[in-house]
Amino acid sequence: MYQAIVFLPLIGFLITGMFGRAIGARASEVVTTSFLFIACILSWIAFFNVAIGGHDVRVQLMQWIYVGDFKVDWALRIDTMTAIMLIVVTTVSSLVHLYSIGYMHDDPFRPRFFGYLSLFTFAMLMLVTADNLLQLFFGWEGVGLASYLLIGFYFQKPSANAAAMKAFVVNRVGDFGFLLGIFAIFVMTGAVSFETVFAQAPSLAGKTISFLGHNWDAPTVICILLFIGAMGKSAQFLLHTWLPDAMEGPTPVSALIHAATMVTAGVFMVARMSPIFELSPTALDLIMLVGATTSVFAATIALVQNDIKKVIAYSTCSQLGYMFVAMGTGAYSIGVFHLFTHACFKALLFLSAGSVITAMHHEQDMRNMGGLWKKIPFTYGAMMIGTLAITGFPFLAGYYSKDAIIEAAWASHGTFALYGWVMTVGAAALTSFYSWRLVFLTFHGKPHDHHHYDAAHESPLVMTIPLGVLAIGSVFAGAVFFNDFVGENVHHFFGHAIFMGAENHILHEMHNIPLWAKYMPTLMMALGFAVAYWFYVVDRSLPVRLAKSQDALYQFLLNKWYFDELYDFLFIRPSMWIGRVLWKQGDGRIIDGWGPNGVSARVLDVTGRVVRLQSGYLYHYAFVMLIGVAALITWFMFAGV
Amino acid sequence: MTTWPILSVITFLPLVGALFIMVVRGDEEVTARNARWVALWTTLVTFVVSLLLLPGFDASAPGFQFVEKHPWLGDVAAYHMGVDGISLPLVLLTTFLMPFCILASWESVHKRVKEYMIAFLVLETFMVGTFCALDLVLFYFFFEAGLIPMFLIIGIWGGPRRIYASFKFFLYTLLGSVLMMLAIMAMYWTAGTTDIPTLMQFGFPSGMQTWLWLAFFASFAVKMPMWPVHTWLPDAHVEAPTAGSVILAGVLLKMGGYGFIRFSLPMFPDASHLFAPMVYTLSVVAIIYTSLVALVQEDIKKLIAYSSVAHMGFVTMGIFAMNEAGLQGAMFLMISHGFVSGALFLCVGVIYDRMHTREISAYGGLVNRMPKYAVALMIFTMANVGLPGTSGFVGEFLTMMAVFERNTWVAFFAATGVILSAAYALYLYRRVVFGTLDKDSLKGILDLNGRETAIMVPLILLTVVFGFWPAPILDMTSTAVNAVVARTDSVAQAVKTASLLFSF
Repeated sequence: MYQAIVFLPLIGFLITGMFGRAIGARASEVVTTSFLFIACILSWIAFFNVAIGGHDVRVQLMQWIYVGDFKVDWALRIDTMTAIMLIVVTTVSSLVHLYSIGYMHDDPFRPRFFGYLSLFTFAMLMLVTADNLLQLFFGWEGVGLASYLLIGFYFQKPSANAAAMKAFVVNRVGDFGFLLGIFAIFVMTGAVSFETVFAQAPSLAGKTISFLGHNWDAPTVICILLFIGAMGKSAQFLLHTWLPDAMEGPTPVSALIHAATMVTAGVFMVARMSPIFELSPTALDLIMLVGATTSVFAATIALVQNDIKKVIAYSTCSQLGYMFVAMGTGAYSIGVFHLFTHACFKALLFLSAGSVITAMHHEQDMRNMGGLWKKIPFTYGAMMIGTLAITGFPFLAGYYSKDAIIEAAWASHGTFALYGWVMTVGAAALTSFYSWRLVFLTFHGKPHDHHHYDAAHESPLVMTIPLGVLAIGSVFAGAVFFNDFVGENVHHFFGHAIFMGAENHILHEMHNIPLWAKYMPTLMMALGFAVAYWFYVVDRSLPVRLAKSQDALYQFLLNKWYFDELYDFLFIRPSMWIGRVLWKQGDGRIIDGWGPNGVSARVLDVTGRVVRLQSGYLYHYAFVMLIGVAALITWFMFAGV
Repeated sequence: MTTWPILSVITFLPLVGALFIMVVRGDEEVTARNARWVALWTTLVTFVVSLLLLPGFDASAPGFQFVEKHPWLGDVAAYHMGVDGISLPLVLLTTFLMPFCILASWESVHKRVKEYMIAFLVLETFMVGTFCALDLVLFYFFFEAGLIPMFLIIGIWGGPRRIYASFKFFLYTLLGSVLMMLAIMAMYWTAGTTDIPTLMQFGFPSGMQTWLWLAFFASFAVKMPMWPVHTWLPDAHVEAPTAGSVILAGVLLKMGGYGFIRFSLPMFPDASHLFAPMVYTLSVVAIIYTSLVALVQEDIKKLIAYSSVAHMGFVTMGIFAMNEAGLQGAMFLMISHGFVSGALFLCVGVIYDRMHTREISAYGGLVNRMPKYAVALMIFTMANVGLPGTSGFVGEFLTMMAVFERNTWVAFFAATGVILSAAYALYLYRRVVFGTLDKDSLKGILDLNGRETAIMVPLILLTVVFGFWPAPILDMTSTAVNAVVARTDSVAQAVKTASLLFSF
């Protein structure tokens, strides 16, 4: 059964990849989507067996790399962490497959699209079922490849190609750290399989590793290197630049890859490696710092973006920051809880946005929308639920997970605990503001583009059913699972899947939070809503005037803190420049100029005069030369004897 | 074990084919057609015969197998052939790639087809001989003789600057080989034999090892090629015909790595330890330097050539890590790079045959008209980038991990190659394949035909299969590699003990 979950999407991909053109678009859609639904049902069964029933499973598939002590298998490891990810991935993926049948229905390359979606799902499932770090890395790179292919799906658009490449290369910067982290783990523990590494982990405490000419605390080095990988995949501050550009891909892709699943792989990895992260308070501090910074930083950019997908993209970035804050406090289960609820409501938001975009005939600029709630009421309702959930409206999914993170930040003993709390509370207000801004600009007010407005219509059933399912999830996921992720049942529910050190009492300490601090996020949510209502419903000229009066700040935010320009200046141009210098000066002038060109120029002079560079003669020349050399050698050899 | 001299058959069968082609007479058209078919059949039969080595080969047995030994050149040298886990995969790689080279030249070579095919078959004999030879003189003969057909292939059937390129190639390699010859003579005078298995156990005096190592290094470093003696490679690749590039990248470059593993490590272990830091430095410089240079190339073949130099940096780094993972990784990377870079050059050949240019700017949007080609190129690009699940990953990963145990700085800088390779490879792919197809010259371009598809499919299969299941190669090389590691380790141990004794 576990093999079926992982490999059904692969089979779907292979069928559409090889025979897509022969069997046609409709058959491709049906094959991949039905395979995914089967995998989804099996995943839920697995979830009840493993997570609820508490039966961990390991399935050996085959050997991969066996070199000396270094032994890596292809194997599936299913524990509670994996089971949670399985249902998240397969549920969202199957819904997105279904939704795409409607969303992509006039695209000529549908077999390719559905093939890529299934390929992605396969890679993601390999990632979450990995039994060792190398297989995790396989899935990690596999989802990167699928993401690259899907961002660049509209291959005729230069911007899509640029975004695809950027996503891959920036992720590779993270992979650079991840790889070094894997090496460090192997050097310290002599293994890369989770079982052995975790068994060895306690003995790592206090050990040092020699890295880059200095002896460092081993767990800290390992964790920071691994976290660099997580930063790339989960688009954290400094390595976030690819995520907004990734919105060039079709909207279902954004929902599946760049909201619900792939970008959360970094969070998953940190939670998975918790036995090692628990040993390094320094690394956890760093994670908290980066996560908290990202949560506010991304939210500030989301405030002023006009592209409906960009707003949600930055929102994703910000919410991933929240998850890392939870990791940084040591409350891994809470981070995974937010991952779980976020997958529901962020996929819902993206798919709703996709529905809006379809209704508006591929218009994405919110300034040209407005008043759409009458035209597409179902989408409006879905978007409303998603917004309430993400802003943390009481008793919806986000309320449970996000508030738990903020409370954990308050209770944490880390160096940046206060910073983390202030930032996440602040980000809660910003989240509420930009989310409601999106709703008001899109669905309320007067229509700005009458042509599109008049033609707008509700999406077909294949698109609205996924919205409905995800909306149910966004309402209930928090309340139903709160006890398992945050409350009393955590240790029983997760078993050995997450490790918390003996001194880690964060899940208890977070209950001692004073009342005012406990209600702070809810207050912030209300505040954000009020300001957004005032700006975009009561007095719509106000934001315009504000932007004019604070032009520098507005431009700074609108241009995403100028990170793209900065990186272009710092990395891309210098690399190209150095490359050119090394090529023309290093290879051309120095090595060739002093080396062979000087010599060969003389040779050419001579031979040029003698044979006038006729290749027929050159042939003879070469032979004569070689025979001469051979004769010389022979003479030397025998004369020497 | 087989009783017939299978290695000699594999080595000299191509020569027999060459003789057949030589006697072919008739008008030009007929001769060319016959020459092609004879060459194809010869290489195919050679490949099939070389596959017969597999069932007889015992991967767990130490030492050389299929040994043949006959007197030759009196007391000095013998005709001694044999393979172990290090040379066998390289022999198979050579015989495997040859039919592809012949097929790739099917339509693109028009002038002097007969001579062209002869040159390739002769080259195959020399290459297989290099890997099978167990006598230094014999090895030297094959190693150097291989230069001649390659020199001719570039010099006669190459591009516009073929004379320059072929001379550069020749000068560089000749310089190295002269030094190696001197070293071989010195070894003979000291050890009294040129028998490789004997020399591997001989143990030269430490001071002498240094000089011998340097002399061999000069030759192998040029062949690899290592930075800074790499500049012949891009020029040679650019000017060589497609099949020449395939052989150059696929097999000839591996002779350097093979030489390091076969000679430098076991014969001069002290010197290898002594010079390992230098090799590390040159390797990481090669990885970063050539990757950056690859980023700004305007010629597709040059870009791939520079990326080959970067990959060979991983190989040398892995070899001189002198542990099991490093050597296994280096061997695997050589085999994988053999068919992946070969495949990349074949891909370039496909569009070069159609457009007669290798300028990146002359292309763009090929996917619109060549979807099959786009898929093939994507798979090979990803293998080149080292994506897990392709054969390119296993070797790169193992070599980096091996060197991390030796020196983290080296691993750190080598790992930047992971970022840079993604940058140059995807940048190339984006400019050539993606985008709109709006250049008039490309409007009529055709997708892979049957012959080209037949070339690509087996290479794709190998790339993916070995990515998921590298065991066949790793198992084959394991025992032989461990013997080399044991040899270098014992010396390292002896050095340590000696220094301990001195300190007392």
